[in-house]
Amino acid sequence: MADIRLKGRRASPGFAAGEVVVLSTRAVVRVATGDPAREADALQTAVKAATRELAALAGHAAGEEADIIGFQLALLDDAALTEPALLAIANGVAADHAWAATLDREIADYQGAEDEYFRARAGDFKDIRDRVLGHLRGIHAAAPPPGAILVADDLPPSRFLAADWSRGGAILLTGGSASSHVAMLARSRGIPMIVGLGGDPAAIAGEVLVDAGAGEVVVAPSDVERRRFEARRQADLRVAHDAAKALDKPAATRDGVRIAVHLNVSDPDEIGSLDPVVCDGIGLVRTEFLFHARRGLPDEDTQFRVYRRIAAWAAGRPVTIRTLDAGGDKPIEGLTVPGESNPFLGVRGIRLSLARPEIFRVQLRALARAAAHGNVRIMLPMITVPGEIAAARALLDQEVRSLLAAGTPARRPPLGIMVEVPAVAIAIDLYEAEFYSIGSNDLTQYVTAAGRDIAAVADLADPSNPAVMRLIERVARHGRERRREVCLCGDIGGDPDLIPHLLRAGLRSVSVPPAAIARAKAAIGTVDLGGQAAIVSAKV
Amino acid sequence: MSDSFVTASAELTNAVGLHARPSVKLTQLAKSFACDLEVALAADGPWVDAKSPVKIMRVKAAKGTILHFRARGADAAAAVASVVDLVGRRFDEDEASLEEARG
Repeated sequence: MADIRLKGRRASPGFAAGEVVVLSTRAVVRVATGDPAREADALQTAVKAATRELAALAGHAAGEEADIIGFQLALLDDAALTEPALLAIANGVAADHAWAATLDREIADYQGAEDEYFRARAGDFKDIRDRVLGHLRGIHAAAPPPGAILVADDLPPSRFLAADWSRGGAILLTGGSASSHVAMLARSRGIPMIVGLGGDPAAIAGEVLVDAGAGEVVVAPSDVERRRFEARRQADLRVAHDAAKALDKPAATRDGVRIAVHLNVSDPDEIGSLDPVVCDGIGLVRTEFLFHARRGLPDEDTQFRVYRRIAAWAAGRPVTIRTLDAGGDKPIEGLTVPGESNPFLGVRGIRLSLARPEIFRVQLRALARAAAHGNVRIMLPMITVPGEIAAARALLDQEVRSLLAAGTPARRPPLGIMVEVPAVAIAIDLYEAEFYSIGSNDLTQYVTAAGRDIAAVADLADPSNPAVMRLIERVARHGRERRREVCLCGDIGGDPDLIPHLLRAGLRSVSVPPAAIARAKAAIGTVDLGGQAAIVSAKV
Repeated sequence: MSDSFVTASAELTNAVGLHARPSVKLTQLAKSFACDLEVALAADGPWVDAKSPVKIMRVKAAKGTILHFRARGADAAAAVASVVDLVGRRFDEDEASLEEARG
């Protein structure tokens, strides 16, 4: 049997082999009974089952989540929703096709709406469509088996988080984007993922071999193909093994230029099992995880304890904690502004913190208190004008003074900024800060005007675009001249293919997810900066 | 039972218009009355069943829209008065936090 070879884009490198689990409910075939009365019954039963399922979910939900479920329940309960489908069924259409066509019309209507809010409701109707289809076709939204190779057209982050990845697995998407949230999650967990395979997810069936680093999938492999794959996987394991040996050692280029490698931390649980000796510190702690609790925002003591715990883990190494970076694609209920027509250009990051000083001050106080117990540094996201740094600095100084006046142990931590808005990268000399960290994900999407979650423009949102590289070079040069540390904490900092370019652009510090640190160090070790290192040091 | 309609109108003044949560509230209230209750964007229709969230959502009424109601049946007067009152109360949506966030 000839094997089928599919080619997509690498979203997260790695190997996987096994049977696939197709997640797209629309690709599953249901055998119709051919009897309109029984088809109508099947639809009604599926709608009732979906309603029960939603009602059970509603019992555990609060706030916005409860509202969304309540809304979907109200729609499912409305005979007007099923009416057109029942009419089609009476005319001989199978239940699942009738339902899908009815809901697709509804979805298309919302997608064409002028108002952004109404357009977004298409997602609710898709949810309802798929939930009922799942029941009609006898497949439920249950989590896939552990270690599964998931195939879908696209995957929402919630499905990724619901799956058990402790036994490996992989993600194969016919659509999707390498810069989506799911791709970021896959990279940070070390789960192989390929996007943009094209075609119908149902065409990827049975046994597959996945080489996500090469963006390649072999469907129904021959024995020859299996042996080849195994050889490649072993070779990769040897590389990984060598990389792991270098894990405990500080990173340096082949010609001996020392490169600082820091960790990106999205959740303190990620570092619990790691030895801090593998890194030069933490280059980015995302604090959004603290703000996603069901009830209310975290108080000062709660935040302080978490920050202190991370600083204690780092054992004296610098720990750069980013103040809340909500907004954009990271909404937080009760905090971010709902219904913005373009959230990426809206009230996000430092803009939101300065608009809500009562919340920002609490975070600054908790950080200043944690700084008394470790090498904590504060980083401000989405800085656009120098005035924002001044405003944040004034608030921080005030809070430190008030803590010290009350006899609470505190220290004024160094205050640095993210360089992710092109305005900052272009005129970096106007932005006085104690350190800089290039957020290459947002910088790339703002420079290329291409959204990282939009598959159709994914190729445009290319961090190796010369304009992005020139900005990185400019910021790195400014750092050398002013003796300010410049780090890079975007995805490309851990990309073995791009690391040589970053180092040649003058970067000497990167921050990467825990799963990428060994490969990043190995990639650094292969780079020869040759004469460049000498030229650079002569300039400094 | 009278065959004539009880009618009234009210302006949508809540920030988000007749969106998901307000639609659900409106239809729930409408369903608590026995009479037929309909809503339209113009005084002469087309009329939409105010007890159907699917149909209400299809109207996609934004802020500033005038909603027209008409009802027929035993408790028609009470039904119209109640829904007009709900619209006037901005569906009891708490918009303080929204305004605050917008600074």
